[in-house]
Amino acid sequence: MTPLADLVLLLVVLSDFAVLATSRLSACIRAIAFQGMLLGSLPLLLHPGMALHTVTLAAGTMVIKAGVLPWFLRWAIREAAVRREVEPLIGYMASLILGAAALAVAFVVATALPLHVVGTDLLVPVALVTVMIGLIVLTTRSKAITQVVGYLMLENGIYLFGLTQLQRVPFLVEVGVLLDVFVGVFIMGIVVFHINREFDSISAARLTELHD
Amino acid sequence: MLLLALILVPATAAALAYVFPTFGKRVLLVGAAAVHLALVLRLWATPGDHALGGWLAEDALGRIILTLVSVLFLAVAHYALGYLREESARAGRAFVSCMLGFLASATLVTLSHHFVLLWIGMESTTLAVAPLIYHRHDRRSLEAVWKYLVLSSVGIAFALLGVFLLATAQPSGAMGGRPLVLDDMIAHASALDPVWLRAAFVFVLIGFGSKMGIAPLHAWKPDVYGVAPGLVSALMAGALTSCAFLGLARVVSICFAAGVDDFVRPALIGFGLFSIAIAAAFMIGQGDVKRLLAYSSVEHMGLLILALGLGGVGAYGAVLHALNNGLAKVMVFLAVGNVVLVAGTSVADDIRGVLRRMPGSAILLVVGLFAVTGSPPFGMFISEYTIVNAAIGEHHPWVAVVVLVLLSIIFVAMAAMILEMVYGEATAARATQRPGTDRPRLVMAPMLLAVLVLALGVYLPRPLTDALSSAASALGGRAP
Repeated sequence: MTPLADLVLLLVVLSDFAVLATSRLSACIRAIAFQGMLLGSLPLLLHPGMALHTVTLAAGTMVIKAGVLPWFLRWAIREAAVRREVEPLIGYMASLILGAAALAVAFVVATALPLHVVGTDLLVPVALVTVMIGLIVLTTRSKAITQVVGYLMLENGIYLFGLTQLQRVPFLVEVGVLLDVFVGVFIMGIVVFHINREFDSISAARLTELHD
Repeated sequence: MLLLALILVPATAAALAYVFPTFGKRVLLVGAAAVHLALVLRLWATPGDHALGGWLAEDALGRIILTLVSVLFLAVAHYALGYLREESARAGRAFVSCMLGFLASATLVTLSHHFVLLWIGMESTTLAVAPLIYHRHDRRSLEAVWKYLVLSSVGIAFALLGVFLLATAQPSGAMGGRPLVLDDMIAHASALDPVWLRAAFVFVLIGFGSKMGIAPLHAWKPDVYGVAPGLVSALMAGALTSCAFLGLARVVSICFAAGVDDFVRPALIGFGLFSIAIAAAFMIGQGDVKRLLAYSSVEHMGLLILALGLGGVGAYGAVLHALNNGLAKVMVFLAVGNVVLVAGTSVADDIRGVLRRMPGSAILLVVGLFAVTGSPPFGMFISEYTIVNAAIGEHHPWVAVVVLVLLSIIFVAMAAMILEMVYGEATAARATQRPGTDRPRLVMAPMLLAVLVLALGVYLPRPLTDALSSAASALGGRAP
């Protein structure tokens, strides 16, 4: 519909790949903050008219996803004195190839789905690709804090999909997403902090005592 | 009003227990649990209540699970008083607050007829139990809580996506009814888009399935149940998984009403059988009694979705089985909790001669063994019998055969470990080196649950059978 919304959605994909490709934790968090900013602007672009509902949603999303959560992650890194590298379990090139495959799958699947509600054609595929790349980050990065970043991307993808239902499903949806991301990451962040104190590193790969 | 009170009473008590810890957090814990149960019993007298414009409503299925949660919580709360005094100095306000918070969110799950509310309740249960798992603040509990948070957060995120897909399946306007309200979706089920509905089912199955701990989404379960304090494992295995089952069953009931059975039933039956098989495989030669019980929980969750998928009298069996499983699982987890408390370990080889040292808990363990493996005359025998019957009645005789074989294997695996612990000679076992015997206050609650699970095997009261029948018909089945 609006070319601006399409541009923003493409930038969201770009920030997905930025997280996949970067080797520095701080760059990862910058990318996720940038993505939060983009997500916050989308309700306004998709549903122009400055209705109170969309404005509140946009403002709330930006404050939490682009402000509070990245700040919190940075705080955890600083407090826990985490080493600055991402430490992936698979190479950056392999991550990018997986991401590209996810992109292709997302577009194929999205064209097959019968969705009539949306303004822009890109919303569903971008939502799917963000979910998938979130999962890739979650499973292929060894540090607990990068797993939190992956989880955030997963939630971002779901939020994008939720935007397709913005006009129909009540306000509660968005509140639910924002609230739960906030609380979830807050608790996860505290656990990350404890993991670091206990194991002198926040590599979740060290968590291997429990098994059959 | 009653429905709101059911949620607000434990929520308020949770806040009070945190703000005024010295004032009497123990009184608040048991008091709120008792008031909650009294309100639930009041609910049985006034069925069909609703609040918040139909977003909260009670129906037979929700009422049964809510009653189960409430009874279990009161038992666990009473047990917690004794346990926390014995076990640690950490019995702080956070622990009590989180327990009460869990009760409030589990109640929200059972009463929600709006899928977003249901999802919020489910997510809150995750957040409420996480600090409980981390209770001991050591490396093992840290690892367990991290696994639990990551897996169940991803699961619950998928469930949210499933809820959005559910909304997408619903046409707008009067044709579809109010968005995401259960009753409206059932009433206008024929208008739902089957493609989106199937997609929604897949994500909800993954999402709530990982909360239930069906295989292959059960990776967190043995670790968490093995490490968390006995009463926390009990609460999760009995109450939390039942709530997750309820969430899944709600979506499945919509799928059945919309007629996408051909897709949903095989998936449920397949995952159900796979869970029982995985549980059987990992129970053979298991060395840790709490992990053994965790796999037993995987088994029973598998039976639940299998029964749901079979339909017919299976739906009735599923709801009854949820009830029996909750009672029996909490009872046996509390009994094992007693033994572990005295022995200082949950490694089965180090625990011997329980009968001599702790006769009360020993009896509970043996009764629990027969109760969770579905032997007569316990309640689970009836529900498992109903489920196997459903498999034959719905023309899946091979399912019945496979289930019976797997259940026998599981019985042998469980009996071998538990009977050895109870009757085995205490040679060189550390368990008997430590002083300690049964504490009466730690035996009372599981004893009461044992009586309940036995009672359900002998006699089902009329109001309960009526409720079970109406829950079964809501799930596309019928009473036997």
